[in-house]
Amino acid sequence: MIEAKTLSKRYNERLVVQDVSLQIPRGGVTAIIGPNGAGKSTLLSMISRLTPMSAGSVEIDGMDVTRTPGPELAKRLSILRQHNQTSLRLSVRDLVAFGRFPHSGGRLTAEDQHHIDEALDYLSLNEFQDRHLDELSGGQRQRAYVAMVMCQDTDYVLLDEPLNNIDMRFAVDMMQLLRRAADEKGKTVVVVLHDINFASCYSDHIIAMRGGKLAWQGTPDEVMRDEILSELYEIPMQVHELNGQRICVYFRMG
Amino acid sequence: MGLTTAARWRLLLVAVLAVLSIVGFMTWNVQSDWAFIIEYRGSRLLAMLLVAVAMGVSTLVFQTLTHSRILTPSLMGFDVLYVLVHALGLAFWARLGLGSMPAVVFVLDVLLMAGIALVLFRLLFGDSVRGLHLLILLGMLGGLLFRELTELALRVLDPTEFSIQSGRSIASFSRINLSLLWVALVLTLGCVTLVFTQRRRLDVLNLGRDVAINLGVSYRRTVTLLLVVASVLVSVSTALVGPMLFFGLLATNLAYWISGTHQHSWTLVTTVLVAVVCLVGGQLLVEQILQSRLPFVMLLELCGGVLFILLLLRGVRE
Repeated sequence: MIEAKTLSKRYNERLVVQDVSLQIPRGGVTAIIGPNGAGKSTLLSMISRLTPMSAGSVEIDGMDVTRTPGPELAKRLSILRQHNQTSLRLSVRDLVAFGRFPHSGGRLTAEDQHHIDEALDYLSLNEFQDRHLDELSGGQRQRAYVAMVMCQDTDYVLLDEPLNNIDMRFAVDMMQLLRRAADEKGKTVVVVLHDINFASCYSDHIIAMRGGKLAWQGTPDEVMRDEILSELYEIPMQVHELNGQRICVYFRMG
Repeated sequence: MGLTTAARWRLLLVAVLAVLSIVGFMTWNVQSDWAFIIEYRGSRLLAMLLVAVAMGVSTLVFQTLTHSRILTPSLMGFDVLYVLVHALGLAFWARLGLGSMPAVVFVLDVLLMAGIALVLFRLLFGDSVRGLHLLILLGMLGGLLFRELTELALRVLDPTEFSIQSGRSIASFSRINLSLLWVALVLTLGCVTLVFTQRRRLDVLNLGRDVAINLGVSYRRTVTLLLVVASVLVSVSTALVGPMLFFGLLATNLAYWISGTHQHSWTLVTTVLVAVVCLVGGQLLVEQILQSRLPFVMLLELCGGVLFILLLLRGVRE
């Protein structure tokens, strides 16, 4: 379980995240949604100790993220941020192999190679594995980074807007993959999403943030409602039920 | 990872050139008796090897930490900071009666330098993600500031101290500070061993802060440690032969090209070999074989400077 207690982040005088307390249970897919500047990414990076918190605490299975040794935590929790740029000439396989660093300290064992193959396979990157990162499209590079995180083989996988810059096909692939990781491998996936319909269709739990605060949380059925979403995004929004999925329409209202 | 076949051949070539440079430096044109040659050239050779290792390794580490192929500790003024520390410290150490013990003074300077570096990094890093970029900007300014302060300090010191000062403190290639050789050897070996144990972490740090933390590297601690080690290595090099602005840049960039990889187990070794070839081989070629009167360090710095401009231009175009 991920437990955040009265978590706040302040940049100078500006409170980006304000007093957020929440629990994310083990297993399943949790989506964090909300308008720009709601503090979603900041919340995620505080949970994953990439950004130090101004106040409050985060525990992962009872381990305080600011006090637990880095390598220890890296075997339990992985985080992938949005902008992953590197000027290094690395092959896809080399990048994915870095995912094993917390386990083997960079000296790859046969078991590590097995994990690497599996991760490459999982993200259908087999044919690209010897290509260099700078020769890939944005979507392929994104998948290579996700493969690295999968290869890290942690119980908790946190992803900040993994659907950015990828087309619909890969977006669906990616969400199905995260779903499978939760269902088949028992991983706890926490993902920041901009497209609320993906959140509705693929997650078990939705956390909605606005103005640095926790606005709503619950199952997609509970959160995907006209009045909640309209208030959250401050535009008229309508939720329809299509093929048993709650789909929100907001493109051109009235 | 690992090396391509072409890279292996290039690396082998550099290794052979490094050995030839060393052997050539010791044996070329020997006219007097061997005992003298071994002592005279041997100590000079050792100093140059230490400088090659210290400049190469410190620049490589620094470039990995800053994700840059252009920035070097010298460009950020680490070397002039050392000269400044030394100049200001000298009067003080002399008063403590340590003036006649250059090795002790040197160690104190290095400790002071490491301490200053540590405080500066701690202050500048804070908990900010942008810490490193800020550090780079301030370093560029710091470089200028330290240069001017050193000038000032040298003028303000009283004349007798100044003459001791300028005679002793600012070493150069024609006036290598051989009294510090053994201390420098110990410090260099210590630092390089430490860097080598961190080589896999350096590979991870190359991927950027967020990825490194995700993979469990204690970012702040590791970066601070490595920057302090880099500052010690720069001190060693500066104490032996004085400041060199572009030599490190030349060595690392040639090494990136030769090894064609970013894996530090390879780039560390390659950088050192390249630095040895440039420094020892260059000296041998220009001063012994060609019998040229041209100051060879100037030539080396000129090459480095041209490379710096080329890299900058390429950076601008991208």
